[in-house]
Formats: sequence, C-alpha cells, structure tokens
Amino acid sequence: MSDATLPGRTMITATDGTDAGAMPVFAEERRILGLPASTWPNILAPLAMGVLFLSAWELTVRFREIPHYILPGPILIAKTLVADWGTLSTSLWVTLRITFAALIAAVTVGVALAIIFTQSRWLEKSLLPYAIILQVTPVVSIAPLIIIWVGDVNLSLLICAWIVAFFPILSSTIIGLNSVDHNLLNLFQIYGANRWQGLRYLRIPAALPFFLSGLKIAGGLALIGAVVAEYVAGSGGNASGLAYRILEASYQLRIPRMFAALVMISLTGIAIFLVTSYISHLLLRRWHESAIKRET
Amino acid sequence: MDKPAAGTQNAPAATLISLQCISKQFANGTLAVRNVDLDLRQGEFVSLLGPSGCGKSTLLRMISGLSQPSAGEIDWPLNPHDSAGHAERDRDLGFVFQDPTLMPWSRAIGNVAMPLILKGMRKAEAYERSAEMLELVGLKGFEKSFPRELSGGMKMRVSIARALVTKPRILLMDEPFAALDEITRHRLNDDLLDLWWKSRFTAVFVTHSVFESVYLSQRIVVMAARPGRVMADLDVSAPYPRSETFRTSPLYADLCRLASEKLKEAIHA
Repeated sequence: MSDATLPGRTMITATDGTDAGAMPVFAEERRILGLPASTWPNILAPLAMGVLFLSAWELTVRFREIPHYILPGPILIAKTLVADWGTLSTSLWVTLRITFAALIAAVTVGVALAIIFTQSRWLEKSLLPYAIILQVTPVVSIAPLIIIWVGDVNLSLLICAWIVAFFPILSSTIIGLNSVDHNLLNLFQIYGANRWQGLRYLRIPAALPFFLSGLKIAGGLALIGAVVAEYVAGSGGNASGLAYRILEASYQLRIPRMFAALVMISLTGIAIFLVTSYISHLLLRRWHESAIKRET
Repeated sequence: MDKPAAGTQNAPAATLISLQCISKQFANGTLAVRNVDLDLRQGEFVSLLGPSGCGKSTLLRMISGLSQPSAGEIDWPLNPHDSAGHAERDRDLGFVFQDPTLMPWSRAIGNVAMPLILKGMRKAEAYERSAEMLELVGLKGFEKSFPRELSGGMKMRVSIARALVTKPRILLMDEPFAALDEITRHRLNDDLLDLWWKSRFTAVFVTHSVFESVYLSQRIVVMAARPGRVMADLDVSAPYPRSETFRTSPLYADLCRLASEKLKEAIHA
C-alpha cells in the first residue's frame, strides 16, 4: 500500500451535509414521580376506568341488595382476599411453580426444536405437523389422558401447561431464525462462515424479537394451561393450586372466595405479561423498531 | 499493507480476474448474461455501466462466488491452479451492497469487525483493527453507535469499512450509492477514490450513473440488457487525483458525452 494521499485532500471526515448530523440528541423528557410525563396518561386513564367500574359494581350490589353468594361486591372480595390470604397464597405459589416450570420447559424445547428445524428442512417437514396437531388439540381433552398416564399430578399439570405454551415459542422462533436479511446471509457466505457462526452471529440475534413476542404469548398461555389442567385433575389437599380453590369454593358456595382466587389468577397473568414485556423492552430497546419510540 | 503495491496507475498490471465467455441462465429461463469476456487487471478501478437488467449485478455475484456461471469460466491467473487447470477463487474480497446491509443489533464497530471474527481473529484484535478502519472512513467517535442512529451516508461508510477491514485485493460494489442524495454521493465518491488510491485494491463498481462511472473509474464497461452483454470498453484517460475541478472540466464533459452515447447505443441495441 502506498502512503500517498491525494494532494489537496485531507483526512476523510464524515462532514457531508446530510451526514453531518453528529450524534443524535435525545431530549430528556420531564419526569413526574420518576416516570416520564407522557406515560402518566397511559397509567391514569385505565386506572380511572377501573375505579369507575368497581364503584358502579359496589353500588349496584348494595342498592339492589344482591346476595353475596350470587355476586359479592369488590369490597367484600378484597376483605376475603385478606382473610383467606394464608390458603390462597399457598395455592398461588403452587400454580406459579407449575406455570414457570412449564414456561421454562417450553422455552427450552421450543427454541431447541426451532434451531434443529432450521438446520434440517427434512426434520422440520417431518416433525412440524405433529407439533401443530399437539397445538390444535384442546388441552382440556387430552389432560385426563395425561393425568392417567403420568400418575404424578404435578408432573401431569406441568406437561399440560407445557403443551399449551411451547407452540408459540416454536413457531415464532422458526420465523425469526429464517427472517435474516438475505444480503447478510450472502455476506456470511462470502466470508466462508460456517453453520455455527451463521447461527450465533446472524440467525439467533435476528430471531430474538420474534422469540420475545412468542414468549409474551407463551407466558399467559402457560398460566392458562396450568389452571385448565388443574380443573381437570381436580386434586385436593394442601398442595393444590388456585384453580382447585375456585372449584372448592364453588362447591361450598363461598362465592367471595371464588372471586378472590379469580382476582389472584388475573393479577398473576398481568404480572407475567408485564415481566415478559419488560424483558423484551430491555433486550430490544437499542436496536429494534418495535421498541423504539417514533420521533414526533 | 502486506500486499505489493500495484505500481503507478498507468503501468500495465497483471490480469487478476478473467471472465471467459461467461453466460448465466436463471432457473426460470431468463438469460441474464450472454458470452461475456472481460479481463480485470490488478489495482484498476472498473465501472460496469448499464441499464437495469443488463446483468451487471449478476456478474458481481459470479465473481464473488455467490452464484455460478451456467457456461464459461472465471479464471484467476495469479492464483494457484489445480491439476484440471481450475484456479482457486479469490476469497480475499470485499462486497458492498446497494443497501448498507448492517446487522441492526450490532454497533458500528461490531459490524465492521464481523468479517475478521468470522475468519477467526480474536475479538480484541478485530475491534482494534475495526476502530482504525472506521477512522479511515471518517467515522471516528461513532464506533458505539447502532446502525439506526446513523444517517444513510454514515451507514454506507460503515458498510465500506466492513468490506475493507480484511484488506481485500478486490472490492466489489453493487450500486452502493444509488440510494443516497447527490451531495452525500459526491462526498462518498471522493472518499472512495481516496481509499482506493491509498490501498490500491481492484475496484469493480456497478452503477447506472454515467457521471459517477466517469468520475470514479479508469475504465468503463458498458453493458446492454436482455441478454446482458458487453457493448463497449472505454478507457477514462483523465489522470488522478480527481476532485471537484475534474467534475467541471471540459474533459469530464467530453468523457460523459462519450459514455452516454455508448450507453444509448447499448439501450437501443
């Protein structure tokens, strides 16, 4: 290489008109109580709606004198939630354990299968139809069989929840692994990258946003799967989950307790959604369009 | 730096790539390229100029090994030949696409370092060399920016830095500046010439702009479409260094007129 620089030309610097825009400047937004001012309406609007709805509910129950074994008011439900916290929290823990174990198993198996499928078209063609069959068969209809075959109640609940949760992970990860920019694949081919390098540096990062959207769906489904399977199993005793508490309460006509258990399941679902959304935001915020706020 | 300099620009240089009667027919029956004979010499700056569909991008893809010719042979006279007389393809090449084609999840420096990492270089060393390369294309200070934080011209600079970070003998460019505005394109043309002047890689530049091809190249290969074939091989006799004064000189205007005429002939051929 010759060191001659063109006379009259200095070192290259990116000062071309349109290029000049140095680093993008992100104006810091005003914060109220630690949150950006613009997010408060997003929190306050649904909150106000909820308060309005709950008040209407409570008032209707009181003025129409609806008996609490038909429809308890929100205040009674809240009181029951506190009074029965001991039993309910034990059950919540049981349901949570199954949900998370199923979700972890779904992520592991779903991602592993997706990677295997993209490495071998042949395997994908022969196995994917069965994964779809497993997905489209309602879990309620196969849960009794699984409970009979497996014997152990907890393990069968786990399997049921896993069946429901794993498909969204599998299918979205497959799409993600195959959605790499073709020119990037060409580039890797030019540089003689091997399969493992293509997977590690290209396919897996490209699949991340797709996997995360699958995870958001799978998180909610794992909870639904765990609850549904528990309904079918109908197991009692100390180590039973929230679904069983609902069944039990309905047999005993303890409707406020039923609602309390229902509230806990809903809150759990919301918490799972928030956590998976937050994980997704953390992983994608620097580069993926879905996590980037549009300039206004 | 470790390869021999190509000497002064007018000295006859050895043939680096020799396309011998190359044809390419796609699976759908389209004849993209027919009987192309073309010798590319070491260290020269060649533009492939032609209307869309003339097979210029297809030729680049065949040179890079991304696709194989249906007929004919690509010879690399300087590379070792096997017993059947086939030369080993030069793997030492950089490729710049029309789009910057950066990995959005990776910072500028990570994108530039990727070819080195794929070749097995340690990350620390790869990043060190990539930082130097980014400085060379004028992006010092932007190492840690993500592609979405960069302008179109800057992304293209990252793409060029990535193509050059392995210090390749050949740089293939497929209409790299077509999507940029004119001001940015002129700057990048100047900077590309500067990089080429310093490193003397063989540059093959696909474009449909007469002005760009005249400004940049020593030689313009004019191609016609359907099927893609070579119509003219023009020498651009203007000396380097070229700059804005060249763009306004009568010589530039004459060369552009000549190339335009040849292109018009190619379009109506």
